[in-house]
Amino acid sequence: MYLHEYQAKEILSRYAIAVPEGRVADTLDDAEAIARDIPAKKFAVKAQVLAGGRGKAGGVALVATSRAVREAAKDMLGKVLVTDQTGPEGCIVRRVYVEAGVDIERSLFIAAMIDPRTGQVALVGSRQGGEDIEDQAARDPAIMETLVIDQAAIPAASDFADLADRLDLGDGLRDAAAAFFEKLYGAFKELDASLIEINPLAVTTDKQFVAVDAKIVLDDNALVRHPELAALRDTDDLDPMEMEAQRHDINFMRMDGNIGVAVNGAGLALATNDMLADAGGRPANFMDIRTSATSTQISHGFDMIFKTPGVKAVLVNVHGGGMTPCDTIAEGLGMSMQRTGRKLPIVVRVAGNNADFARVVLKNCGIAFYDAADIGEAVDRVIAIASGEAAA
Amino acid sequence: MTVLISKDTKLLCQGITGRAATFHMGRAIAYGTQLVAGVRPGKGGISHLDVPVFDRVGDAVTETGADASIVFVPPANAAKAMIEAIEAEIPLVVCVTERVPVMDMVEVKAALRGSKTRLIGANSQGILAPGICKIGVMSTVHEKPGTVGIVSRSASLTSEIVAQTSAAGLGQSITIGVGGDPVHGIGFVDCLEMLMADADTQSIILIGEIGGTEEEEAAEYLQASKPEKPVLALITGRHAPVRRRMGHAGTLSLFGSGGAAEKIKALKSAGVHIAQNASTVGETMRRIASAKK
Repeated sequence: MYLHEYQAKEILSRYAIAVPEGRVADTLDDAEAIARDIPAKKFAVKAQVLAGGRGKAGGVALVATSRAVREAAKDMLGKVLVTDQTGPEGCIVRRVYVEAGVDIERSLFIAAMIDPRTGQVALVGSRQGGEDIEDQAARDPAIMETLVIDQAAIPAASDFADLADRLDLGDGLRDAAAAFFEKLYGAFKELDASLIEINPLAVTTDKQFVAVDAKIVLDDNALVRHPELAALRDTDDLDPMEMEAQRHDINFMRMDGNIGVAVNGAGLALATNDMLADAGGRPANFMDIRTSATSTQISHGFDMIFKTPGVKAVLVNVHGGGMTPCDTIAEGLGMSMQRTGRKLPIVVRVAGNNADFARVVLKNCGIAFYDAADIGEAVDRVIAIASGEAAA
Repeated sequence: MTVLISKDTKLLCQGITGRAATFHMGRAIAYGTQLVAGVRPGKGGISHLDVPVFDRVGDAVTETGADASIVFVPPANAAKAMIEAIEAEIPLVVCVTERVPVMDMVEVKAALRGSKTRLIGANSQGILAPGICKIGVMSTVHEKPGTVGIVSRSASLTSEIVAQTSAAGLGQSITIGVGGDPVHGIGFVDCLEMLMADADTQSIILIGEIGGTEEEEAAEYLQASKPEKPVLALITGRHAPVRRRMGHAGTLSLFGSGGAAEKIKALKSAGVHIAQNASTVGETMRRIASAKK
């Protein structure tokens, strides 16, 4: 789960990580009032959307007066912000964050995350912060300094100090930097985060570490033990269909094509969409039915496909296994077609557990479907139907 | 004899009294797997599926000589269960539980280091030696004893490739699901090491996907070891929208892009054959295998 910058900063300040004084506003009056309240000579106004790349896209303004804060907020609130991470549809800016400007002497990049190679927590830092850090790191991985922390041992202060040295934070800053890294690591563990990224991390002219921007991603699987964090979810920023699917144990993601796709298992779903795209088809969605889903839950997944405008045909690709035999998915399809009353051409490819039984279930539900022998045939057929080249 | 499991493997099931465990253990017994014990704290002393149930893993091992465990414990306590099995020095532990918090798996990884245990999972469909032993939740409809070792991050796609390699007349020596989560037990490289040394395995199929570094690490290993057995890889997610998470975890990009194109490139340059798509894996493997003869 992604958090907004204003939420991330509020949480980090609980861990004694310094952030510029600021508050969130959803009206121009509030934005201006906050600026008048904060004793500062300059301000940053930042669009609160769940995507990076805001600076280059006009989502961050640096201004000198409360009046100018209002003007900057006016350019953002209610507008659609398109960054290189939002996709072409962009995000609507519903709130802005107004904070005191910081006198930066140096800016760095620091992040806490899971190192996939060791399966341990790692702090990753770079001597220079900035918006294009990922591109820089892709060109020159050596700019990143990494500290992998062994969970079985209590991390030594000297490890954090060593990272500080490698980031050229020696001399007068080493102890403060090491203490900062330790706080960041503590926050990461306690929050069950997948990522805490502070970019830029500023060293101010009075030698303080200040998180000028902060991004927190929380582990969805751990939210059950953090109800207060789960409550921070910004439902405005999520696709209502995708949220509905999550409630029914189905991973659903809307795409822009005309072929509805239902598959069991994420890997098989990715493989199916790859084959559709290779053959010139356009999936309307990605849908992965999880192993524990019941036929009722699955029927809600199909409802979402049938409710998607522009869908011309549906591909059902199931390799029945463990807890999800093919007939359970056939039952879900039958329930959904009865409930929604939508009659779309259906191409079915079933294999594995109870494949024959699934065909019987579909027939008993009165569903006409094309019975494909393998994924390749199913993909070709559904594309031909969706493009009008073949009859259903 | 095959890697990790055999006809003589004595299996313990942690969380045996649950609905899913009861269902899948019934199927495993029918397949020929020797289930010898179950563990369910608070229910020690009862019998379930005709095997004794213990409160603790250590007691179950002492009493029954179990040398493998399958963990069905719900996510909140799954890590605790895995660590208990590691501390009891069980050589092979398979965890099928989905949605285990990542920090819990970080703790499990730390417990694994220097231990006597090989962990498969979590979020794995398990391990299957066709006709010999099944420790997992996979379907057993199309599998067939044979020569291909299959290592995968995805359950239903594995069943698909199993069906194809059976239809191609090759069959499988073993299938291992390393799990779909970002932090998990053994990975592609560990599996490759075992299968390269396994006399029953003549070729290997890797089923990878976007995110993480499994495929890149496998490429580095194969580049360095230059093994004789052919390896065929299928990488899915080539057309998935970037920067979005799809079902399985898409790991953040700072440790490498995690993109399908980069993975395919790395594997190709290490001499790995690349399957064009999920529908042609069995046929491609058959061609590679017959060209080698």
